[in-house]
Amino acid sequence: MNDMTANVLSPETMLAQIKKHGVTHVVYLPDSETNWLYLLMKADPAIHLVGVNREGHASSIAAGLWLGGAKPLILIQNTGMLESGDSIRGWLMSLNVPIVLMVGYRGWTRHGVTTDTVATYTERFLMAFGLNYYLVENDADASRIAVAFEEAERTKRPVVVLVGDEYHGFNR
Amino acid sequence: MMHTAEMMKAFVPYRGDAILVPGRSGRYWINLSDNQPLDVELGDPSMGGHAGLGLGLALARSDKKVMLFDSEGDILMSLGILATVAEQSPPNLYHFLIDNGVYATTGGQPVPNADNIQYDMIARGCGYPSTYAFTEIGDFERALPEIMGKPGPVFVSCKVVPEIENEPIGRRRRWQTRTREEVVVDLRRALGSSR
Repeated sequence: MNDMTANVLSPETMLAQIKKHGVTHVVYLPDSETNWLYLLMKADPAIHLVGVNREGHASSIAAGLWLGGAKPLILIQNTGMLESGDSIRGWLMSLNVPIVLMVGYRGWTRHGVTTDTVATYTERFLMAFGLNYYLVENDADASRIAVAFEEAERTKRPVVVLVGDEYHGFNR
Repeated sequence: MMHTAEMMKAFVPYRGDAILVPGRSGRYWINLSDNQPLDVELGDPSMGGHAGLGLGLALARSDKKVMLFDSEGDILMSLGILATVAEQSPPNLYHFLIDNGVYATTGGQPVPNADNIQYDMIARGCGYPSTYAFTEIGDFERALPEIMGKPGPVFVSCKVVPEIENEPIGRRRRWQTRTREEVVVDLRRALGSSR
């Protein structure tokens, strides 16, 4: 592994974690930089993709999948997570759905000043909802995705993985 | 125009062992059901999501029919879900829309453009292969054998008489016999859901 690959979060790593934890369905709305992951998932017969056109639809679909015995994952951007607030509350939190939401952290930066207001409000939103979250930036953070899956199962609650490397890791 | 209660009653002979999502009509269904563990009377966790719930159940349990009773207020809030349902095209999903034209639980204010929306046409335009619309109970009853014999997703719009509630929420009579948690536990147990 060279410095370039060590510093990115590869879509292969994301997919490996998704499959390792038995995800059957990915409910998604395309994110700015997730096309490589989308193509990998689409080519994988073990993953059933359910595309939505508004992120708020994802929560009730995921709730139905879980009630029926499947294991869904939600893949959206932080903009859509804010839009989904009441759906996350009603369909995921109030039904105790143990699910991981992978959320593209648009606007996040470790360096300098955050200028995108959606990044400003992302973690505040999660704290207001009492949702635990884990930030991942590169492949070395893959174990945090595993922690999120295990925590969701243990606590019977949604847990969020914030994908902080959104503008680098998927941008081959 | 038909009444929701008679519409639900007409449906009873066709339920079988289907998973049934009554949406906002649980109070009409609860005394008709003979298979309560497969009833998903969650009330209203978040407006606009019943169709998504039904879709998820249908995708997870392709071995069972899923009967979904939606409302026009919910669908108007989430019209895009119709495209997602049609794309996924679950052959086991039967999507009934109970259209009373108003927000009945908030005092009966009309939904936008209530008298001029053809929901079956919207569903067909989104890609549902089979769609129907009814205003009279007799027509609905006569068509049910055909509807239930079609592969899903089927969309059926029913115009019903509004039954308006004006009581403050805290003073309304509770019709549910199970908590939301009990509904979830009963359903997952009945389906053998282990994940």
